[in-house]
Amino acid sequence: MEKLAPQAIIDSFAKELGGGFVGGSVYECEVAVKKNKFQSLWIEVKKDAFRQAVEHICRLQEYPHLAIISSSDLGAEVELIYHFTIYYGYHLQELSLGLRVKLPKNDLTIATITDLIPGAIFTERETQEMMGVEVVGIPDNRRLFLPPDFPEGVYPWRRDEKGPPDDMLRVLPGRKQEWHRENKEGS
Amino acid sequence: MAVEEKKKATYTIPVGPIHPALKEPIRLALTVDGEEIVDTDVFVGQVHRGIEWLGMNRNNPVQSIYIAERICGICNMCHPFSFVMAVEQAAGITPPPRAEYIRAITAELERIHSHLLWAGVAAHEIGFDTIFYLAWRVREEIMDLIEYVTGNRVTKAMFQIGGVRRDITEEQFPRIRQSLDYYKSIFDQLKRVFLDDKTIQMRTRNVGILKKEDALRLLTVGPSGRASGVPKDVRQDQPYAAYADLDVKAITPDILTGTVVGDVYDRIIVRLVEVKQAIEIIEQCMEKMPPGSLLAQPKTAVLLKTLTKAEGEGVGRAEAPRGEVIHYVRLEAGRETLATWKVRAPTYVNLLCVPTILKGMQIADVPIAFASLDPCMSCTNRVVVTDRAVGRKSVVDYERLHQLSVEKTKELQR
Repeated sequence: MEKLAPQAIIDSFAKELGGGFVGGSVYECEVAVKKNKFQSLWIEVKKDAFRQAVEHICRLQEYPHLAIISSSDLGAEVELIYHFTIYYGYHLQELSLGLRVKLPKNDLTIATITDLIPGAIFTERETQEMMGVEVVGIPDNRRLFLPPDFPEGVYPWRRDEKGPPDDMLRVLPGRKQEWHRENKEGS
Repeated sequence: MAVEEKKKATYTIPVGPIHPALKEPIRLALTVDGEEIVDTDVFVGQVHRGIEWLGMNRNNPVQSIYIAERICGICNMCHPFSFVMAVEQAAGITPPPRAEYIRAITAELERIHSHLLWAGVAAHEIGFDTIFYLAWRVREEIMDLIEYVTGNRVTKAMFQIGGVRRDITEEQFPRIRQSLDYYKSIFDQLKRVFLDDKTIQMRTRNVGILKKEDALRLLTVGPSGRASGVPKDVRQDQPYAAYADLDVKAITPDILTGTVVGDVYDRIIVRLVEVKQAIEIIEQCMEKMPPGSLLAQPKTAVLLKTLTKAEGEGVGRAEAPRGEVIHYVRLEAGRETLATWKVRAPTYVNLLCVPTILKGMQIADVPIAFASLDPCMSCTNRVVVTDRAVGRKSVVDYERLHQLSVEKTKELQR
């Protein structure tokens, strides 16, 4: 498939996903002295259109590179961003593509993409244990980083009651316990 | 290892908890059939330090630069590099051009030292300690230069959000050139030592092959990926900082040998040529460096205030000596810490290809094949609050594995 311009990529997502497409934007900035353009894409899709979106990325680029899944606890929902890069291997042509999908807290599940991108397994396992998002169909369900004696149902990156409780956190010398709690409530 | 009777059943050998090659904490469970490795399972997570959690709960963004710097001791430039780029993108700060050049110079200095360190370790893994000493002696020159330029050998504290903290001046250029000239003068010798030596060739050629398709499928990055013929290099693909002004080309082994095999030998080639490339980049940067200020906002208190007010997200990607490092940062208005911080070090993805690389190989080849990826465990493990040693019953320790590797070299030399 020939290379598309950033805006054309967003349009192709809108066309492909129809109602599953939420929005997209292009980030652009100029770098250093020659002012070469640095571009990246952000695309948000609905949860049920997520697999379709990843399949579409696989059509844009054979073997898209998935760098990592980042996850944020936004209160009522959890936001996952799949950081892809496409069009790599050529000078100044690569594009970062952040595929954003929001999951409501009462249904924290997302389909696996390891069948499309086998290398996604580590980051899917990490998202499961750290954020408490269940990856449906994941071929390897074990923990990745957390030790076996870490309690079930506690997810370190969560900011709600499922996050690590105070008695699991060590207060550093010279810091007050309250300092941490204030910060937690402020979020 | 005792020779077992030929039977269908396989046997699982746990290796670790200390890394068999680089004395770092990782555990491998090798399923073997006699001497042949059938499958490998990788266990990470023994040095969790909760660094991302700290950035999201306890530290302000400027403090997090120094934590990012301590993610890894060897590549302690690339982490703050991509971290500050992510924060700058999130808060809409543009660093002055001179700072972009200084950033690139320090990152390339780091690449030279890291690749030479790896070259020494790789030689040690096959029991070739003369070359190990040679490589590390040669590396001292770059360490001295790093100390001269940044004031420190290891954690250099050069980076600040919106620029750099220290200048590299015209008066320093002759001293920098002196070191670079030293490396240029010994480059051919290094090439001869590492690429023409019969023993090294015997232990590294056709060992630990990673095919291009597997590298793409398993998301391998950095020199390990390039050695398999994937021309992926952030400095070329999506250049950041001063690299956007230069014409950096991803190094693949075919520029020296004409073919891509994807074995350990090819990984040596890529790293060796990248040392030369790094020297050229530093020279170009010194030539083209524009005058000007070093920081977009010199007052840290004002900067912190701006960051607390800022709302947005950013991704910073940098090419570390081991491959692409990516930091994702989200800032929320009114929040002093980062709202989200996700770090992906190159070893995180490079470990995925370990089962593919080790499959069908002998146990004695594990140290060099594994070390050829230049894995860095402290980078990969940084997520949560515990670090309790995992007890195992029967463990092939580092000494034993190293012994096997040395014996194999001696046998081949006979």
